[in-house]
Amino acid sequence: MAGIVGYGVYIPIYRIRVEDIAKVWNEDAEAIKHGLGIREKTVPGRDEDAATIAVEASRRAVVHSGLSPDKIQAVYVGSESHPYAVKPTATIVKEAIGAGTAVMTSDLEFACKAGTAGMQMVMGLVDSRMIEYGLAAGSDTSQGRPGDALEYTASAGGAAFIIGKEKKEVIADILKTVSYTTDTPDFWRREGAGFPSHGGRFTGEPAYFKHIQNATKLLFETTGFKPTDFKYAVFHQPNGKFPTNVAKMLGFSEKQIEPGLLTPIIGNTYSGASMLGLAATLDVANAGDKILVTSFGSGAGSDSFAIQVTDRIDDKRKRSVKVQDLINAHKKYVDYSTYLKNRGSIRKR
Amino acid sequence: MLMEKPSAGLWRKIKARYNLVGNSCKTCGKAYFPPRIVCRKCGRESKMENKKFSGNGEVYSFTKIRVPPDTFKDEAPYIVGVVKLDEGPMVEGHILENGTEIKIGTKVRSAFRRMYVDGEEGLIYYHYKFEPV
Repeated sequence: MAGIVGYGVYIPIYRIRVEDIAKVWNEDAEAIKHGLGIREKTVPGRDEDAATIAVEASRRAVVHSGLSPDKIQAVYVGSESHPYAVKPTATIVKEAIGAGTAVMTSDLEFACKAGTAGMQMVMGLVDSRMIEYGLAAGSDTSQGRPGDALEYTASAGGAAFIIGKEKKEVIADILKTVSYTTDTPDFWRREGAGFPSHGGRFTGEPAYFKHIQNATKLLFETTGFKPTDFKYAVFHQPNGKFPTNVAKMLGFSEKQIEPGLLTPIIGNTYSGASMLGLAATLDVANAGDKILVTSFGSGAGSDSFAIQVTDRIDDKRKRSVKVQDLINAHKKYVDYSTYLKNRGSIRKR
Repeated sequence: MLMEKPSAGLWRKIKARYNLVGNSCKTCGKAYFPPRIVCRKCGRESKMENKKFSGNGEVYSFTKIRVPPDTFKDEAPYIVGVVKLDEGPMVEGHILENGTEIKIGTKVRSAFRRMYVDGEEGLIYYHYKFEPV
């Protein structure tokens, strides 16, 4: 079965603290930090968008894989903040990583799980031997309406995974993947709307928790695995609380989710969130470790993966840029007005 | 206000702007960015071939722009400079401030960023910028 042959990540250097957003809206910062389980979030630079983030992450994935970029025969980019409504992000990424022209490409959108949907698509192409290697990226500069609860979490970042099945290249086998999908209107953004809308508390129980639990249970049923079989687990992380709670409900410990739980310090990177969590977990995982990943995308669906690290991981480790190193290096805090300027929310006319 | 509007102008420069693809002369080995049709040294004997530069180099010279052209007026202050690529050519470009002090000799790599955006409905121009390593 297909596996991961390389991965790369990108996180902008800018940050805004919960306190700096809360004081604008006369909110209690401590209550928000406690309620959402988040301290600060990333902010894209004025010259960054979902395409630049996907390119930076994908270039790192190519370096990490050790492959020549002309070996990559599929590029899928998942995002809910594609820079163009019509004009693919994936063509920009394909060109910027130096892939050839005989490449299958498309943009994907499924709220926060479009990146993992891309991983499944590439797996299908690789397992059917239509291609040797393909790249799936999840990248977002997500939007939160000023004053809305989402403003505290909606952040920017992304990750890219190159998938293939050549044994000597695979750092982690993907043992199984399943999905659980329903039509659930928990979160949406209409064409041309600047910000998404959501169903408030409806985004919890019937959306996030239902889909993540059902996808994960389906994975258990089809593989026979149980929570204790996994050294680590990564769940989609719209805030710091939801993944911690869903882990507990499914029988996972806090220790299992610790390496991949990034939202408290970088916010919700939407399509990047589960994939960045997986990348951070692979950064610390060793040969033989099993990792469970379950993403969630509003609308709604979850993709669940059982992954097992191979002994090739150490050979490629020194080529990777570690997620934690990227998070901690060169942080630049911005105030709320700079945040609005960077997000393009200040209109001059 | 913008340097170019037509799609073809962007399209022709994509390889150079995304991936620093210039060229070099097979006769003498001299590398060029942006690419040249004829080698300065070899003239009619030149044999040019595409060359993708690594994007790694060091700051040769730089300045902070505080009074920018209209296209970049919301970005000021920002740094532009000349970077000497490891392969030889001198390349002008924006240099990102990522927390590392920029000095002559600072090691940089090429990053992928938006250079400018043509209003609400026009194209987005992506471009290399340099970032301290």
